[in-house]
Amino acid sequence: MEEKQILTVSASPHVKSTATTRRIMLDVIIALIPAAFAGVTVFGLRAALVIAVCVLSSVMFEYLSRRLMKRDCTVGDLSAVVTGLLLAFNLPVSIPLWMCVVGAFAAIVVVKQFFGGLGQNFANPAITARIVLLVSFASAMTGFTSPVAGGVDAVSTATPLNILSSADGTSVAQLVANGELPSLLKMFLGVRAGCIGETCAAALLLGGVYLLARGVIKPAIPFSFIGTVAVISLFASRFDLTWTAYELLGGGLLLGAFFMATDYATSPVNTGGKIVFGVGCGILTAVIRLYGSLPEGVSYSILLMNIACPLIEKLTQPKYFGFIKSKKKKEGKAA
Amino acid sequence: MSNLRPDAILHAVSRGRGGVKVDHSKFTAESETVRIPTPKTVVLPMQQHIGAPCTPTVQKGDHVDIGQVVGDSDQFLSVPIHASVSGTVTAIADVKLSNGRMAPAVTIESDGKNTVFAGVAPPEVHTKEDLVKAIRASGLVGLGGAGFPSFVKLTVSPDKPIDTLIVNAAECEPYITVDYRECIENSWNIIASVYTLSQLYGFKRVIIAVEDNKPEAIKILKNIADKDIETGNIVRLMTLKSRYPQGAEKMMVLSATGRKVPAGGLPADVGCIVMNVASVAFVARYLKTGRPLVSRSVTVSGDCIARPGNVRVPIGTSFADIIDFCGGFTQTPAKILSGGPMMGTAVVDTNAPLLKSNNALLAFSAKTAEAKPQTACIRCGRCHDVCPMGLIPTKIERAALTGDADLLKKMGTMVCMECGSCAYACPAGKPLVQYMRLAKDVIRNNK
Repeated sequence: MEEKQILTVSASPHVKSTATTRRIMLDVIIALIPAAFAGVTVFGLRAALVIAVCVLSSVMFEYLSRRLMKRDCTVGDLSAVVTGLLLAFNLPVSIPLWMCVVGAFAAIVVVKQFFGGLGQNFANPAITARIVLLVSFASAMTGFTSPVAGGVDAVSTATPLNILSSADGTSVAQLVANGELPSLLKMFLGVRAGCIGETCAAALLLGGVYLLARGVIKPAIPFSFIGTVAVISLFASRFDLTWTAYELLGGGLLLGAFFMATDYATSPVNTGGKIVFGVGCGILTAVIRLYGSLPEGVSYSILLMNIACPLIEKLTQPKYFGFIKSKKKKEGKAA
Repeated sequence: MSNLRPDAILHAVSRGRGGVKVDHSKFTAESETVRIPTPKTVVLPMQQHIGAPCTPTVQKGDHVDIGQVVGDSDQFLSVPIHASVSGTVTAIADVKLSNGRMAPAVTIESDGKNTVFAGVAPPEVHTKEDLVKAIRASGLVGLGGAGFPSFVKLTVSPDKPIDTLIVNAAECEPYITVDYRECIENSWNIIASVYTLSQLYGFKRVIIAVEDNKPEAIKILKNIADKDIETGNIVRLMTLKSRYPQGAEKMMVLSATGRKVPAGGLPADVGCIVMNVASVAFVARYLKTGRPLVSRSVTVSGDCIARPGNVRVPIGTSFADIIDFCGGFTQTPAKILSGGPMMGTAVVDTNAPLLKSNNALLAFSAKTAEAKPQTACIRCGRCHDVCPMGLIPTKIERAALTGDADLLKKMGTMVCMECGSCAYACPAGKPLVQYMRLAKDVIRNNK
């Protein structure tokens, strides 16, 4: 007791949980690994190359932009790796590699760092980058190749949703019988045309369940998003279950609902807001698919709802404990 | 109540939102409370609790005995302070409290005789009013940590009928075990108090609430309560799922009765009185002996304490004396706390005296006290998920930094009880409780 003590003084609490941003991002990466494997298996080794280029350039842009802005280096939080992975998952396997770098620039530098870095961006970086690329390089972004063919010279083909939206009058069963549409099992396993990470429903569901189990995401957004698309598709198809199943497994719905709509920075923090957000994404996705000129609407719907997020949070402000609405209610409670 | 078997142990009727799972770290649970030898000097600050400070009623050089009033106030929200040792008043001057604030204090040098003041006699209590008067005179404040004068809780207004007494033995803060020891060592006093209070107040039911990680306490209390089934049959033991901050007053009322205390209100608004178990036990002791609040139990623990344990200490003993009694430090502490790790206050100086509301003294090494590095908020919403009050701390932080008092009020900032769940859960290591306090100051300064 004699020697001078130097004691730390800080505000309570004096113990903290072990949760860190890096651990959360690592969980997202772990959850994305099955889909990455599926993408490489289905589309060949070039998919791995696209993923690697996206991840490396995202991390590089994160490092460079933080450095140029004289801010702390945030590469260690792994969020750039997640963005890179998600960007790659949203690209067709045949995409020229320099476009991947352009996409990573749009995602990390423009969408994320220009707005203040992690947690400050108002739109999902990977989704916005995908849309930037889609608008800029439409043909490269929609040049989907048949699965397992791999390589850049592969035969170009239409995605299942493309086939469905252009099939006037032909029933789903007929399309499958004709060999135009992959079977539901192939859809579930991801053996179909599409972006690298979006095709394998089995892998995406596995990753989604992992994130739910780890508490990284809440069920509110994915369930309300997918549920809304399912309900609208059922009604639009006059309760054709097979057609609805194709709508759910096709496009980027599962990838979007579990991994991109749930992005913390661009979705509401409260449960009520999350449900509104998910339902909004679902309605927009279904409407774009059914009535828009595009076959796919997941990324646009998420981007639009990202922009609406602050408004949703404001309108769904949760009631705090013991909230008193009016004097009348208070009297009723006391009685 | 009536359709339940009288010997049944109740389960929580409702479960509040949020909360966090923290390591219990109750290493001192099995260590019996020991009395510390009378310290050479005690320092009795005139501000020991929420409310008005006391004015010294003794002069330098006066001789005082245990239980003699040394400070009192004529303000409503205040209770007298009593000498905790017998001896001579050596100083009436400002002292530094453990949190670094200065307060006037009466210093008493012990004569080692521990003579009890001649005026100490059991109070005559026949009505509620008698009890309230007696409890004020006893100097009792809530012993659970918040230190709210107990007589105020026991003052009931006719327009707010009280039907339930909740004895709070949840003790959800990590490390602290004094309430648990109270349940085991003073169970008879607890039950005796419960019956006295029930007779005076006519409670419809009394719920003794204990977290389910303290089965021994539940067993002992239940055995005693069951013996008196014919006379009262209103006392029930209730087990609560251990989850921090289960013991917080509003959470306790919700768990035990399903009622929600309105924002800005008190348990009395929904017909409840909530009292800490040690405070309840004190009431019976006081009514029997008339000995005011001059000592209390403290858990001394943490990875720097040589012999952790529960110690009965005269109020005003210095932290250094208590630590010495527990064998001193095994290694240089980096942080010392008065109170638990979730809501306790960092101690600036170990020469500061123990107050009536201090229930623990914890010393942590640099390893344990290490703060999580602070990074950017990722808006993960964990702070909102765990907030028992349903607030969104991250948004309150932003509004506090921009000084938006209206928005802060709208978001319910004032209902925050600073339980620390948000800051505990935050993956970005943000000191959210500090921001909540800042937010409250923004609102207060805006008035």
